[in-house]
Amino acid sequence: MSIFSNLTAEQFETIGQELDAIRNREMADLGEEDATYIRTLIKRQRRLEIAGRGLLMAGFLPPAWLAGVACLSASKILDNMEIGHNVMHGQYDWMGDPAINSKVFDWDNTCTNTAWKQTHNFEHHTFTNVLDKDHDIGYGILRMSEDQEWEPRFIFNPILAGILATFFQHFVAVQSLKLEDYLIYKTKTKEEVKAEFKPTWKKMRKQLVKDYLLFPALAGPFAPFVFAGNMAANVARNLWSSQVIYNGHFPEEVEQFPESVIENETRGQWYVRQLLGSANFEGGRLMHVMSGNLSFQIEHHLFPDLPAHRYARIAPEVRAICEKHGLPYNTGSFVKQSLSVWKRIFKLSLPNKSKDDSGKGPLNGLRAKVVSLTREPQSETRKAA
Amino acid sequence: MNAMTQTSSRFQQGLTRLLQSRVADILSYPHGVDRYLEVFNPLWSVNEVRAKVEDVRYLTNDSVTLTLRPNHNWEGFIPGQFVQLSVTIDGKRQTRCYSPANSLHRADGCIELTAKVHANGFVSRHLREQLSVGDVVLLSQADGEFALPAQRPEQVLLISGGSGITPVMSMLRTLCDEGFSGPITFLHYANSAADMIYASELEEIARAHDNVTLVRCFNNEGEQGELSGLFSREHLYIAAPEFAQATTFLCGPPPMMAAVEKVWEEDGLAERLHKEQFTLAAPQIESDSAEGEVRFVQSEKMAINNGATLLEQAESAGLTPESGCRMGICHACTCRKTAGEVRDIRTGEITSGEEDIQICISVPVGTVTLDI
Repeated sequence: MSIFSNLTAEQFETIGQELDAIRNREMADLGEEDATYIRTLIKRQRRLEIAGRGLLMAGFLPPAWLAGVACLSASKILDNMEIGHNVMHGQYDWMGDPAINSKVFDWDNTCTNTAWKQTHNFEHHTFTNVLDKDHDIGYGILRMSEDQEWEPRFIFNPILAGILATFFQHFVAVQSLKLEDYLIYKTKTKEEVKAEFKPTWKKMRKQLVKDYLLFPALAGPFAPFVFAGNMAANVARNLWSSQVIYNGHFPEEVEQFPESVIENETRGQWYVRQLLGSANFEGGRLMHVMSGNLSFQIEHHLFPDLPAHRYARIAPEVRAICEKHGLPYNTGSFVKQSLSVWKRIFKLSLPNKSKDDSGKGPLNGLRAKVVSLTREPQSETRKAA
Repeated sequence: MNAMTQTSSRFQQGLTRLLQSRVADILSYPHGVDRYLEVFNPLWSVNEVRAKVEDVRYLTNDSVTLTLRPNHNWEGFIPGQFVQLSVTIDGKRQTRCYSPANSLHRADGCIELTAKVHANGFVSRHLREQLSVGDVVLLSQADGEFALPAQRPEQVLLISGGSGITPVMSMLRTLCDEGFSGPITFLHYANSAADMIYASELEEIARAHDNVTLVRCFNNEGEQGELSGLFSREHLYIAAPEFAQATTFLCGPPPMMAAVEKVWEEDGLAERLHKEQFTLAAPQIESDSAEGEVRFVQSEKMAINNGATLLEQAESAGLTPESGCRMGICHACTCRKTAGEVRDIRTGEITSGEEDIQICISVPVGTVTLDI
């Protein structure tokens, strides 16, 4: 049974206040340190990109090709994760630098800034792990929750998860189109899809022309090496970033919520939902930077617009708050969390074992409790506890 | 030598054209060429004006004079115009307007900005205390209507107060460099001789040029100036009896400007007076009479109208709207007002309904809704 239904209104309130205190303290402290951090990182990423693209021009030499792919992959990962994702969350808007501002920043990825801010910043971060509201639960392709009704197509869950990971940037780019509504559920017309795809295609085209036409063309007769190198870098980035993101919300113990939970949700309840719906993974500094500090997915979901390099510092405090209130703090090694995710992907490719089994999913037990919680906050929940 | 300079400038033109091409645009997509150039040299850019600090001098105890070498994107200025200078302080970009004080004919391609440092002048204090030779700052292109006409006037009267001296200093230096022979009167107001920026250079110019009359007016008692006290009609009769024939350029603090403007208006000469407001008169914060609330739609925040400018109210509500000069010049803060009335603190004009407004110079009159 979910801990969510065992907390009293006062507990939610206290947790909210404790987390708000961390947030306010950190926000008040923003300054030179954060600016220097992001500027230095951007400089490093640009250097890696220049080096990677340069090395690939000599890609007919195997060591140069390998080094080039490594540099360019690292550049794309940094650009998308620690820079792009975080800048587009508005973590650095206070700096007043248009080059590092969520309104204008664009990344080395096929997803447009506008679509990303809609599906990710708004939908995913507001409705985190709320079934039918958070499209990141399976991206419309996968079955990632027991409470998502099984359909025959989900037999291909593991294969589709692999394809999704390989072409992650393109799937993310078209995520806002909700293609399953057109392809499977037929609730959307072709014309609607076409119109919505237009701005995305404009960006996709530029990305594709850059990586697969112009840069290869610059290498003249060695074009195929550059083409292959760029593709390898894009795939490396796709595989890495998708795994980081899967690990943030899909390990087995991470909870999902019914839509009813967001009715009259208080700030404290929102915080707790973020806590229960996210998972961290452990690693060294390099691991944190390369994952855009999404290794601190819990902290990120609590404070999405706080500069991400601060998450490591506040993580012990967040963990202490969880322990104090008996809330789980889901973390583990990268490998452990990844295995847990893939176990879930395989398990959910098949229907739930029995009818009753669906009741074991975190949602059914929760549904009634949450409703009562929002209607008659105190007495009811105390009884439940 | 000449051939070499030609080749190098042709090379630079070619390079610039290449970097501005569509191919360069796609190769550097989506960040743009500038974001890669700056990795090599913070001054390199295909369209931003960035400048290197060549020299920092302290002409008085409360001012700082910067010599800046702009990159090749700088398109020059007309004496009297201003530029927006941006620096980063504690991670945050801050922008202020300053008028170059140098002559248009300065040979080394540098511009000179002088800022007066106010006790709580956040940016000016940074310029004086933190900025050092070799630093790179961001500039805008020059802008502003207050400018020496291309057809030079026959007689010139330059009136300035405090740090308002900079644009008229540029005019004076330019005219002298051009060998201008008409009469120039330079009437300057300062608190004391020690506070006067460019004091010794002005004396030298006046000595070397028969057509230049320097009239210094100090407000503090016991100071040795040609005049003393605040601006008055009498001052004008003594300093520039032929003021009606001259083209006058005025820049100074708001009360002084108002006093000068009054004389020109009374004499029906208003169109011969060119003026530049270099500081905004602080808005009369009428918190008692301020009514209604300010609603920030996109950020879902609301504040009780306290009579300050919308920019200040947005900032105290925890928003970080884009802003720049904070005096209604740069339009960085322009945003959509979807409902309500605002007063322009420069003109007192009240406008209502849906419109784009500059929030740094707009004070809400009753409830206002902003789309930020």
